[in-house]
Amino acid sequence: MKKNWPLWEVFVRSKNGLEHRHFGSLHAADEEMALENARDVYTRRNEGVSIWVVESKHITASNPENNGELFEPAQDKVYRHPTFYDLPDDVKHM
Amino acid sequence: MSEEQIKSLEADFDARIVRDEKIEPKDWMPEKYRKTHIRQISQHAHSEIVGMLPEGNWITRAPSLRRKVALLAKVQDEAGHGLYLYSACETLGISRDELYEQLHSRKAKYSSIFNYPTVTWADMGAIGWLVDGAAIINQVPLCSTSYGPYARAMVRVCKEESFHQRQGFEIMHKLCNGTPEQKEMAQDALNRWWWPSLMMLGPTDAESVHTEQSMKWKLKRKTNDELRQQFIDQTVPQADILGLKIPDADLKWNEETGHYDFGEIQWDEFWQVVKGHGPCNKERLNARKKAWERGAWVRDAAMAHAEKQSNKKIGKVV
Repeated sequence: MKKNWPLWEVFVRSKNGLEHRHFGSLHAADEEMALENARDVYTRRNEGVSIWVVESKHITASNPENNGELFEPAQDKVYRHPTFYDLPDDVKHM
Repeated sequence: MSEEQIKSLEADFDARIVRDEKIEPKDWMPEKYRKTHIRQISQHAHSEIVGMLPEGNWITRAPSLRRKVALLAKVQDEAGHGLYLYSACETLGISRDELYEQLHSRKAKYSSIFNYPTVTWADMGAIGWLVDGAAIINQVPLCSTSYGPYARAMVRVCKEESFHQRQGFEIMHKLCNGTPEQKEMAQDALNRWWWPSLMMLGPTDAESVHTEQSMKWKLKRKTNDELRQQFIDQTVPQADILGLKIPDADLKWNEETGHYDFGEIQWDEFWQVVKGHGPCNKERLNARKKAWERGAWVRDAAMAHAEKQSNKKIGKVV
């Protein structure tokens, strides 16, 4: 039976000091090939100094349909921001 | 889902597009939006993949090492661009295998321009200058298209594509400043690639069945005729610099409109090529299918090796 190469997600750190960022995906038979293919597909012009690959099936993603219950509760918590607090105008360094 | 619910979802969806919000893979989208995007993105990916073939023809015969490394890098980029686009397309719920199957069975199309032969070295110049030039004009507006994965892939593609056009122009420029025979070769390539390049930007607006809906979804930001005019306006002065003559007797600057007027395009030829009767349709598709079929054992072997390795890791006896 024919088995297709699984899908991998590729994350690249463009330089030290920055986080890995999602660059795209590709197919590969195993993790070693996924890394090598990621090098060829996503870093042909010095775009990276480090690559992570993870098989796509291992990523659990939130569902946009639940965005309301997931993210809306943060909207009315303005007291989490510094501008919520009243200070006299002559206070410095705060 | 009831019809009413779908209507309300569609209204929300349209409003998001109007507000310039991006649509991401897991977001709800109308079925037609999904299908249209699969069609366009896959067609674009197939064009990159088939587009390697006319140039691959010249890699071993490039006139110098400098030209050879540049052409190799360009063809490798095209493979990369095809892969970015296939991945973007797969986020819409179609598998890579299905996409290949559609290409190989001719259910999906690719750009008609790649069905023309590359008979001289000057064709490498003309393709880079004209075909990649037209492609860039087509692609730049897509960097801000509404579907997130497609827009992100296009940003990467556009960044990389500008060297393609410049290397092509440099080839033309060198030939035009060489021997009379070399200049003649450049002119001949321009003569053969000019009209197909204009056709490559798609049928006229009046004939284009997808334009209206695609404009609404920001899958298209300019009409085919607008893109074509832009291409002509920017390419004619470049031909002047090369000292080459555009093969169009009706081409002339129109002071009033601020654009070039141009002659009639032979759309019969375009539709013939689209329908599979161009000079190289069969050759291109056969080369592509042969590569895929002959690579099957490599793909299977890699998979078998991967399974063996992973079994070893978990200490499973097979």
